[in-house]
Amino acid sequence: MALSAPRTAAEILSGDWSGGRSPFGVSWQKLMMWIFVLSDAFIFGSFLVSYGTTRATLPNWPNAAEIFALHIGGREIPLLLIAIMTFILVSSSGTMALAVHAAYERNRRRAAVFLTLTMLLGLTFVGCQAYEWTHLIRDLGVRPWGNPFGAPQFGAYFFTLTGFHGLHVLSGVILLGFVARRVLQGAYDRKGSYEMVEVAGLYWHFVDLVWVFIFTFFYLF
Amino acid sequence: MAHETAQTHLHEPRSFWTRYIFSQDHKIIAAQYILTSLFMGFVALVLSWLMRLQLGWPEHPIPLLSKLFPGLYQDGVLKPESYLALITMHGTLMVFFFITAILLGGFGNLLIPLQVGARDMAYPFVNMLSYWVFLLSCIVILASFFVTGGAAAAGWTAYPPLSGVQKAVPGSGLGQDLWLIAMAIFIVSSVMGGLNYVTTALNMRTRGMSMGRLPLTVWALLITAILGLLAFPALFAGAVLLLLDRHLGTSFFVPYVVVGGEHIPHEGGNPLLWQHLFWFLGHPEVYIAILPAMGIVSEVISTNARKPIFGYRVMVLSICAIAFLSFIVWGHHMFISGMNPYLGTAFMVTTLLIAVPSAIKTFNWVATLWRGNLRFTTAMLFAIGFVSVFVTGGLTGIFLGNPPVDIQLTDTYFVVAHFHIVMGMGSVFGIFAGLYHWFPKLFGRMLSERLGRWHFWLTFVGVYGIFFPMHYLGFLNVPRRYYGFSGYDFIPPDAQTIQLLISIAALIVGAAQLLFLYNFIHSWIRGPKAPANPWQGTTLEWQAPSPPPHGNWGPELPVVHRWAYDYSVPGAPEDYIPQTVPLEPVPVEDRGGDGVGSGGNGNALDR
Repeated sequence: MALSAPRTAAEILSGDWSGGRSPFGVSWQKLMMWIFVLSDAFIFGSFLVSYGTTRATLPNWPNAAEIFALHIGGREIPLLLIAIMTFILVSSSGTMALAVHAAYERNRRRAAVFLTLTMLLGLTFVGCQAYEWTHLIRDLGVRPWGNPFGAPQFGAYFFTLTGFHGLHVLSGVILLGFVARRVLQGAYDRKGSYEMVEVAGLYWHFVDLVWVFIFTFFYLF
Repeated sequence: MAHETAQTHLHEPRSFWTRYIFSQDHKIIAAQYILTSLFMGFVALVLSWLMRLQLGWPEHPIPLLSKLFPGLYQDGVLKPESYLALITMHGTLMVFFFITAILLGGFGNLLIPLQVGARDMAYPFVNMLSYWVFLLSCIVILASFFVTGGAAAAGWTAYPPLSGVQKAVPGSGLGQDLWLIAMAIFIVSSVMGGLNYVTTALNMRTRGMSMGRLPLTVWALLITAILGLLAFPALFAGAVLLLLDRHLGTSFFVPYVVVGGEHIPHEGGNPLLWQHLFWFLGHPEVYIAILPAMGIVSEVISTNARKPIFGYRVMVLSICAIAFLSFIVWGHHMFISGMNPYLGTAFMVTTLLIAVPSAIKTFNWVATLWRGNLRFTTAMLFAIGFVSVFVTGGLTGIFLGNPPVDIQLTDTYFVVAHFHIVMGMGSVFGIFAGLYHWFPKLFGRMLSERLGRWHFWLTFVGVYGIFFPMHYLGFLNVPRRYYGFSGYDFIPPDAQTIQLLISIAALIVGAAQLLFLYNFIHSWIRGPKAPANPWQGTTLEWQAPSPPPHGNWGPELPVVHRWAYDYSVPGAPEDYIPQTVPLEPVPVEDRGGDGVGSGGNGNALDR
């Protein structure tokens, strides 16, 4: 089918979906990642909805702003660490986008540098999370089965939500490490396509987006 | 392009291990799935025999059973706690490890690549991994029979607190843990499989295979795979939370409970939450079990009636409508749970809506059969049997969808009868229809049709013998999941006579399945060699040799020129035209029927 003139919607539908080609030119790798992300979103969705219904039915939910406060210079600054963590993770999505851009320019070195930067930001995020967990467990006495502030489900959902998300960030770092190695080896040059960088980026942005929801619903509300 | 990717896998594996064991070929993986899930189904069948022996002849000692199942029996009598493990494991094994696994893992793997004209799945390595992870989940769930306390006993729905407290019943210990872990592993496997099924069906279609030309099997499997990918996550999340409740002392689901006078350290948990999470999977799951069976039945009926499927486009829309509605009806399992009654009414409305697309599909099957040139192959018999049980079981579904009726009948044998006929037997008849239809393609040999007919008639009459009387037990308010019924004044003694008759029917149906087992094994080894197209089918898989070689097609991928149901086209030399035959050589004025696909949205796309 010649593509000289702009195509009508009907032509796109009948052409792209007629077989022998990928609809909308999306490769199976990218499609698979999109579907995986959708499925994974339902897992996080289930956790978040469970959290929401539980919290709505309990009278004594602790005040998150007080618990997640940093003590700096004699003053309590609520949610400071969380704000920093959020900033780090959102920045990592920026570096990820730059890595994808560099990959499509076939700039191996630049792509690898931004991938590494993304991984480092991801690791920093997980590091902050480890600090936060330690602080909550050791200094504030928050446990999965109870805490001094109120409903025991506070700790339970905190550790489950952030833990499951943290595991996703860690898997993302491993995935990016794998992709960065392939970039440096020139594997994608030989294959003729740097699309895997974008596919890995999809996952990374998704994990970032999930954090926005956890941040909003667990910490801010 | 997608197809070049597939072709890189063309170099055929040579060694026995890479060819038949750690194979990435979708047909071998399909065979692995089919054999493993048939085995799991057989285990679940044996469990049902043990239950029926107890229900038909309560506490009658059978010393042999003590020897065969020392963990379940004492002095030849089934232990009451073992009965709970039996109902749990029978349900779990049948629903997930047999029906879901064979339909998606078995038929999905076999049919999707072949019917869309692909060389293999999009990502064969993950496809292989999906099977091995599935096998791991099978081993874990079977292992739970042999641990202290026995297998899980909280029902296939695993409601807390029974499933959340270690000391609730003997099966609430390690058995319940293994159940949860096995389910989580199963879900991982099904996600890996599902990713492949969806991507392959959307992206790997060969030239000319537009969505409007896909056989209904592929449509059904595609939509089912999407259902699985969106529904299973809820159970995965639930299983993780329940495991934490059991081992980390959290109280997601477990409220303040006292077991044996001792307060278990939980508070504030919400058992209803588990029910919501479970049934958010659980209800789509029954459509995961029945939609592929519907796809298979559409295919088999059209082929053996030598007629185009009636209302192809409406069939596709009905599949989509059922899939969508299946996500918003889960509350009808929870009418008596303490859920807000207003919510119950909303769920009633959505539930009854499902009757519309279901009835449309039934109408279309009957209309396809109408004045067809029927060939009563075994596959066709099972397909027609499917329509029968689907109607019978579907009608009782309308009863149970109404809260006023359901509240009366909840947890009685009426419910057992309903879901066994519609979802259990519906899926199983679809599976058998599919096995008799595609066995020649997969294994290259024909199943015995004579044994097949015996198998069908014994099964068909037998399952009505089992499940029809159960409705009456339900009217008598005989509760399900009970080990024995002596000493309950509200149950008339006649109920025991019905139970006895049901048990006899169940054992006969069980024996009929042994007939199938014999047929399967015997034909695999000694059956007559299958021709490429034994049923004169139109779809792509029949254009490949039986069994198809590695890579399915020769050097050239098939090109599709018409829809999947060109049967008995007036003026055509034969009563079927394969999808690969170009439109020109058959001079046909009026394409007959509703002619979707062949004349409709496809023509302009060729060349």
